[in-house]
Amino acid sequence: MRKVAVQTTLNGEPVEFLCEPRQSLLEVLRDVLNLTGTKEGCLTGDCGACSVLFDGRVVCSCLVLGVEAQGAQIQTVEGLAHGNELSVLQRKFLEHAALQCGICTPGFLIAAKALLDHNLNPSESEVRYALAGNLCRCTGYDKIVRAVMDAAKEMREREAYG
Amino acid sequence: MHEFTYVAPSSVEEIVQFLAQHREKARPFCGGTDILVQMRSGVRRPSYLLDVKTAPETRLFEFDPAKGLRIGAAVPCADVSADPAVRRYYPGLAEAANLIGSVQIRNRASLGGNLANASPAADTVPALIALGAKAVLRSVQGQREVPVEGFVTAPGRTILNADEVITEFVIPPPQRGGADAYLRFVPRNEMDIAVAGVGVFVKMEGQRCVEARIVLGAVGPTQIVASEAMAYLRGRTLNEGVVSHAAELAAQAASPIDDVRGTREFRRHLVAVLTRRSLLAAAKRAQANQS
Ligand SMILES: Cc1cc2nc3c(=O)[nH]c(=O)nc-3n(C[C@H](O)[C@H](O)[C@H](O)COP(=O)(O)OP(=O)(O)OC[C@H]3O[C@@H](n4cnc5c(N)ncnc54)[C@H](O)[C@@H]3O)c2cc1C
Ligand code: FES
Ligand code: FES
Repeated sequence: MRKVAVQTTLNGEPVEFLCEPRQSLLEVLRDVLNLTGTKEGCLTGDCGACSVLFDGRVVCSCLVLGVEAQGAQIQTVEGLAHGNELSVLQRKFLEHAALQCGICTPGFLIAAKALLDHNLNPSESEVRYALAGNLCRCTGYDKIVRAVMDAAKEMREREAYG
Repeated sequence: MHEFTYVAPSSVEEIVQFLAQHREKARPFCGGTDILVQMRSGVRRPSYLLDVKTAPETRLFEFDPAKGLRIGAAVPCADVSADPAVRRYYPGLAEAANLIGSVQIRNRASLGGNLANASPAADTVPALIALGAKAVLRSVQGQREVPVEGFVTAPGRTILNADEVITEFVIPPPQRGGADAYLRFVPRNEMDIAVAGVGVFVKMEGQRCVEARIVLGAVGPTQIVASEAMAYLRGRTLNEGVVSHAAELAAQAASPIDDVRGTREFRRHLVAVLTRRSLLAAAKRAQANQS
């Protein structure tokens, strides 16, 4: 099948790639662009391991076609840290031991970022609903929820005191 | 996935021209939350995927208190449930749209896809039927407006012709003393498929119900309009006893199956419980809308 040229913005940088229409955005990220931070779990939209931000909204990249990225803004877990400095969310995941095997972590980070981008003061219940599309077989979720709540707290304080 | 061609049309006109030429070989595509899963498992093998959301007409979102609500077929459920006018005037539709999948899924899943996929458990369909919504269909022959009630004819089957696309939904204006509600039962709060769902609309004059619509999901091959329960409620004062009797009538209208998600008896019981609760919720809202 003929490949299609797609121009997109990936983690803030303009990127052009070639893909087949049948390739998911997840496949493109991992196999064409070699960004393997985004994980593959179920390929049916159930686990959230493949979560990315598409025009600022969290989606399952396994249920998006690579060709749909034309003209879009895509953000993946690789775009979270600034150089060698981890983002607040990433640091809090480490501090709270919110991961064990780690395969779910990029998806949780992206889903949590999508929440905090719009709501820096979420209740625990709001955090749990926002992360309901992400499955974790190791942590039991509690530490993840606490890490996100704590990240929100630090980000609020940072906003308040500059 | 099999090989196919992806098409990003810039107007509905382009979509219908393409459908007229390629018919069954082409398939509309929106959020992909149903069709990409089906294509990956080999259930569907279209030669062309036509991305309906790239045509701006399908993204329309307009509310006018006198004319009602128009929602483009491609508007994602996340936008439907977050919209202030939908939350204020059609809270049952907001509830249904907010129940679909996870945030990730709701950011992609469209109302058009939820209807056209024709699952008996589709959450927004009972809510749309309860509101008396119509779907606007376009083909090269022109446009027709059809009620959402009756659109689905069997699981996975609809009245949509191979050359037609859903462009938008038209929902009647809010009525004084009228309100809707949608409730479903799932074992898990988020990310689950309805074992039973009930969408209702009621119009109240004081304590008296002057009109009621009750639509059942996931308890039959298609959505079921509980006409006997609706007729029974008309003109009656909505007290506990009346609401419970209507709920029993609705449960009798259900024709559920036994499956891993629940037995027939359990589903019937759920219909009664959900009907009672959603009627009470809608009646309370309707009374608040009387002034
Ligand atoms: C993890 C997960 C959880 C889910 N949970 C729920 C749930 O709780 N409740 C629920 O109801 N559904 C649920 N779904 C199913 C799905 O998300 C919905 O049915 C959704 O609304 C489909 O919309 P879409 O835009 O993604 O459709 P697509 O997958 O793009 O299309 C679905 C079908 O509709 C057709 N179609 C799409 N748009 C049009 C149009 N404008 N005109 C004509 N035909 C069209 C397509 O050809 C296809 O046959 C879930 C799915 C997943 C993956
Ligand atoms: S791999 Fe995409 S949701 Fe599981
Ligand atoms: S840390 Fe292993 S699945 Fe979440």
